[in-house]
Amino acid sequence: MKDDTQPQQGTARRRFDAVAWLRRYGTLLFLCALIVFFGLENSRFLSLRNVTNILTEVSIYGIIAVGMTFVILTAGVDLAVGSLLAFAGMSGAFVMQAVEADSTLGWLVALATATAVGTLVGFLQGKAVTLFSVPPFIVTLGGMTIWRGATLILNDGSPISGFDANYRWWGTGSIAGIPVPIVLFGLIAAVGLVTERYTRYGRYVYAVGGNPEAARLNGLDVQAIITSVYVIVGALSGLAGFLLSARLGAAEAVGGIGYELRVIASVVIGGTSLAGGRGGIGGTIIGALLIGVLTNGLVIMHVSSYWQQVVIGLIIVAAVAFDTYAKSHR
Amino acid sequence: MSPAPNLLEVREVCKQFPGVKALDGVELQVRRGEVHALLGENGAGKSTLLKILSGALRADRGEATLDGVALAPSETPRERQRAGLVTIYQEFNLLPFMSIAENLYLGREPVRRGFIDWAAMHDNSRALLTSLGLSVDPRREVRHLSVAHQQMVEIARAVAQKAKLIVMDEPTAALGHREVEILHAVIQELRTRGVSFIYVTHRLNEVKMVCDSFTVLRDGRYVARGEVGGVETADLVRLMVGRDVEFSKRAHPAVLRETVLAVKGVARARDSSGRHTIALNDLSIEVNAGQILGFAGLVGAGRTELARIIFGADHCDRGVLYLNGSELRPLRSPKDAIRAGIALVPEDRKQQGCFLEQSISQNMALPSLKRISRWGVFVDALQERQLVEKYRAALRIKMANSAVAVGTLSGGNQQKVLLARCMALQPKVLIVDEPTRGIDIGAKAEVHQLLFEMANSGMALIIISSEMPEVLALSDRIVVFREGCISGVLDRRDATENSLMELMAISAATAPVRSAAL
Repeated sequence: MKDDTQPQQGTARRRFDAVAWLRRYGTLLFLCALIVFFGLENSRFLSLRNVTNILTEVSIYGIIAVGMTFVILTAGVDLAVGSLLAFAGMSGAFVMQAVEADSTLGWLVALATATAVGTLVGFLQGKAVTLFSVPPFIVTLGGMTIWRGATLILNDGSPISGFDANYRWWGTGSIAGIPVPIVLFGLIAAVGLVTERYTRYGRYVYAVGGNPEAARLNGLDVQAIITSVYVIVGALSGLAGFLLSARLGAAEAVGGIGYELRVIASVVIGGTSLAGGRGGIGGTIIGALLIGVLTNGLVIMHVSSYWQQVVIGLIIVAAVAFDTYAKSHR
Repeated sequence: MSPAPNLLEVREVCKQFPGVKALDGVELQVRRGEVHALLGENGAGKSTLLKILSGALRADRGEATLDGVALAPSETPRERQRAGLVTIYQEFNLLPFMSIAENLYLGREPVRRGFIDWAAMHDNSRALLTSLGLSVDPRREVRHLSVAHQQMVEIARAVAQKAKLIVMDEPTAALGHREVEILHAVIQELRTRGVSFIYVTHRLNEVKMVCDSFTVLRDGRYVARGEVGGVETADLVRLMVGRDVEFSKRAHPAVLRETVLAVKGVARARDSSGRHTIALNDLSIEVNAGQILGFAGLVGAGRTELARIIFGADHCDRGVLYLNGSELRPLRSPKDAIRAGIALVPEDRKQQGCFLEQSISQNMALPSLKRISRWGVFVDALQERQLVEKYRAALRIKMANSAVAVGTLSGGNQQKVLLARCMALQPKVLIVDEPTRGIDIGAKAEVHQLLFEMANSGMALIIISSEMPEVLALSDRIVVFREGCISGVLDRRDATENSLMELMAISAATAPVRSAAL
């Protein structure tokens, strides 16, 4: 209570605090345990082919999860990413067909369109959140069905396929032996980490999430920052939509269903607080890997996909429950 | 000492928090049907004691009896309420979207044949409210009520629960003069019915007005108990602080330097949506370089409101700002104000100032990041460290390291971090709203010293404070606000607590005031 009584801070730090340690490294520990468990259970799990498979799968929603981390750091959420992924992917393929671009430029048209559509939609949703002060949950819940519907309208519900080799390279090709989606995920995660830790923008995002009123009184343009995080996650959803269509060889209206859950789960399991201002991309990457390993491992063990959903749901609740417990524990 | 047996008897209560002994052998006696003031500075242990009484915290040692019955340490707040001990906090425990009646009878609704008996509930509520001199429809939703009326509902609920002892934590902090009088009348009325009160306040004049006896705590220890009649306010202050309080002043600047900020004719209508509850009328002020201008007035009189307008945090309908003689474009946001060279330390440190979970360096450097970023994008870690170190040293902030969360610091050090943040901007005008609210007397003196140093360096300062001794000690000139108007401007040499109080008071007919809030 008195000024001089603060130094106990230091002594508390020196003592080993199991709860705090688990809070920090628990997810990573759990991920390692899962890898060991599945590896012992089935030798196929750690084969190069399977590992590549897991990582490629993780990359597509991991790219979105990087953007989602910024959104959740501002105490927002974006439920529309799965639908937006489908809509952007479909738009890209649709425009490419419509302009009859040749095979050297076709992928570029699709990539540019998908990313642009994602960016624009993100901007609209961000504006709806800031301009009309509609809670992000509602805006993006609406967006979730709007963009799914728009995808169905765009090509009458049927998929677009028959992409050329240059297009497919983005989903199935590799650079120096590493599949393209993994390379992109690595790049985007690195840019995200640098942005989060070493840039002014990253600091502002934490500030806005930690205390929006204080952020405003510190001269931050809170509305612009909030809008920007939805633009980022939108653009990345667009890119992921393009990559998924290249990987599957088709842009489907049902593409990315349930991705919003996986993306948000990655961020939350990774320790970012839904209340904003705490967490980061490092945790998100671990969270995304954890979900990827778990899904794949359960498939290899022939656990039905019905049960997988149950398990993932339980883990989300457990992760947040533990985080809350650890927070009140200190 | 007490002829009648005590209603509440607390003995030898101790409570240890990590690193801090919050309570050390505290005792407290409250007689039946009396209003007992619990006094002490911030950090003296009052809130801890209240929480232990209400059942929100468990004491490490000690015992308490209410009406002869021992209060078990394991009791929950709900059980304490049933035993007749009701605590009313500054933040009310009302459900805003439910009616007054529903709030009054929450959990104890009258039932007829298994259904809520609404008629009985409303009749009982109306009777209860009327008996407290309150004529409001019990069917109204609580959120539509004023703060004062919500407080009355809390008291009414305590009465409905047949409370023997009502504990009130700073009940008048958010009330106007009239409302305070009404509250005191209700307390007197309930006292005659045999209800006892524990009344926590910083406003010592209220102690003289409404309380019968008092207990003083200091640094978690019991200091004294006594009867209010026959004790002087100055004696109470001495008991609370442990010495005579005399804020040090600084040498009056010899020459009046140039005007830095001039505000002319700021006005704002009352907002129908209720966001701005008072109208501001034609407010004009001037601050010179190296000068400290004090804003005095009751809460809601317009002092904080004007400061927020100057800082661009709120808007006004009319008014012009001149900085160093040239007119400022209308400030639309704090961003504009900071760019122009105006900085603000807001009144509510936790809600408006700090990023509690984030590091000291994040908190301190945030608005200066633009200046210390390469290409305006990448934060230069070295420059940031230098900035933090420079102001940590200048403001003598005690911290383990700059990566520690600000929320772990003491109030005084948090306040210094906020001051450091503003100083790092090197503003021309610095506004500090409640510079020492909720911090220790020792830290208080240090903050005062820092404010003097800033003024001496040529900055123009505006200080807003509810504590009159503080305004008097700090200011070179004092602007007094009353109901959205400036009721007077005093030179420090002419200002006394009495002259300020006269300018602040809403009607001349208010109760006699010897000394004001500490």
